[in-house]
Amino acid sequence: MDTLVAQLQRQFRDYTISLYHQLFWYVKGFLDDQFTELKKLQDECSPDFVAEVVSLFFEDCEKLIGNMARALDQTGNVDFSLVGSSVHQLKGSSSSVGAKRVKGLCVTFKECCDSQNFEGCVRCLQQVDIEYKSLKAKLQDLFNLEQQIVQAGGRIPQVDI
Amino acid sequence: MAVGEVMRMEVPTGGDLTVSSPDLHVLAVDDSIVDRKVIERLLRISSCKVTTVESGTRALQYLGLDGNTGASDLKDLKVNLIVTDYSMPGLTGYDLLKKIKESSTFREIPVVIMSSENILTRIEQCLKEGAEDFLLKPVKLADVKRIKQLIMRNEAEDHKTLSHSNKRKLGEDVDASPSSSSSSSSHDDSSVKDFPSSKRMKSESDIFSPFI
Repeated sequence: MDTLVAQLQRQFRDYTISLYHQLFWYVKGFLDDQFTELKKLQDECSPDFVAEVVSLFFEDCEKLIGNMARALDQTGNVDFSLVGSSVHQLKGSSSSVGAKRVKGLCVTFKECCDSQNFEGCVRCLQQVDIEYKSLKAKLQDLFNLEQQIVQAGGRIPQVDI
Repeated sequence: MAVGEVMRMEVPTGGDLTVSSPDLHVLAVDDSIVDRKVIERLLRISSCKVTTVESGTRALQYLGLDGNTGASDLKDLKVNLIVTDYSMPGLTGYDLLKKIKESSTFREIPVVIMSSENILTRIEQCLKEGAEDFLLKPVKLADVKRIKQLIMRNEAEDHKTLSHSNKRKLGEDVDASPSSSSSSSSHDDSSVKDFPSSKRMKSESDIFSPFI
C-alpha cells in the first residue's frame, strides 16, 4: 500500500512533467528549461526563490497587460509601438521564468503590433491574459503539492525532464 | 584610493586579510524587475556581492559618473564588474557601456551586456566598444559562472603583468614583489597601469600606448 507521501510525490512528478511536455502537437508545454534553471537557484538559504520570481512575473503580466489594454483602447489613435514595447517586456520576463506559452504568444503579438493589425492585437491580448492566469493557477497547484509533501513529512522529488 | 582599482581583498569582520577568495562586487542594471531578481540570485549564488539598479541613469549615479559623489566611492562598495541589459528605456546598455569606457576612472571595470536578441551587429558593436562579453537572455547559472571565471582570471593576469611592467618601465619606487598584490593601490598614475582584458578587443598597438 502506497504511503501518502509516495502518492503525493508521484502526483508531483506527473504534474511537473505534464507542465513541460507536449501532450499533442498542438498543445505546447507550459514550461521550458528556464524554469528548471530557476529551480537550480533555490536552496535552503533561498527556499522560496522560484515562488517569489513567478509571483513578480505574474504581477508584471498584470501591469503590462493593463498597459496594452489601455493603449489598444484609444480607438482610432492606437499607439502600436507602445503596445509593442509592452509586448517586448512581457516576452523578456516570460522568457526569464520559463513561461513557454506566454513567450510564444508574445512572438505572435509582436508581429501584430509591427503590422499594426488591431484585431490581431486584441486577440493576442485576450490569449495572453488567459494564458498567464492559467499558468498562475497551475503553478499554484504545483506549489500546493510541494507543501503537502513537506507537511506529510516527505521530500520534494527532483524531476528530470 | 587607487584610480580604477579593480581587485580588492575583502576584509572579514575578524580583521584578518583573506587572500584566498576576494568577492566580486557586481553592479547589475536591468529595467525588468523579474530579470533583476534572477540576475541578483545568479550572482549571489556564484558568491558575488550584488547591487541592482533599474536604469542606466541610476547606474551612473551609483558610480558617481553623473558629477556627484556616488555610493561606490566608498571603499567597501567598489564595483568590480558591471552587467547590464541592452534594451532599456532612456540610457541603453550600449550608452552606459560607452559612458563607462569614456571615463578615466571607470573604464577599466569590465562590462558585460545581456540581451534577449541575438543580433550579430549588436554584439559586434558592443564588443568593439569594449564590452567584456555578451550574454544571451535568459541568463543561466553556467553563463554567470563562466563570466566570473573570466573576470577573476583576467584580474589575476593583470596583477601579474602589472608587477612585471612596473619592474620594466619604472624600476624605481615600485613594490613589485609577488607577495604584494596591492601594489597598484600605491599608484594613482593610471598611465603606467597595464590595460584590463576588455582592451583585448582593441588592437595590439593600443595596448602599448599610454592613457591620454
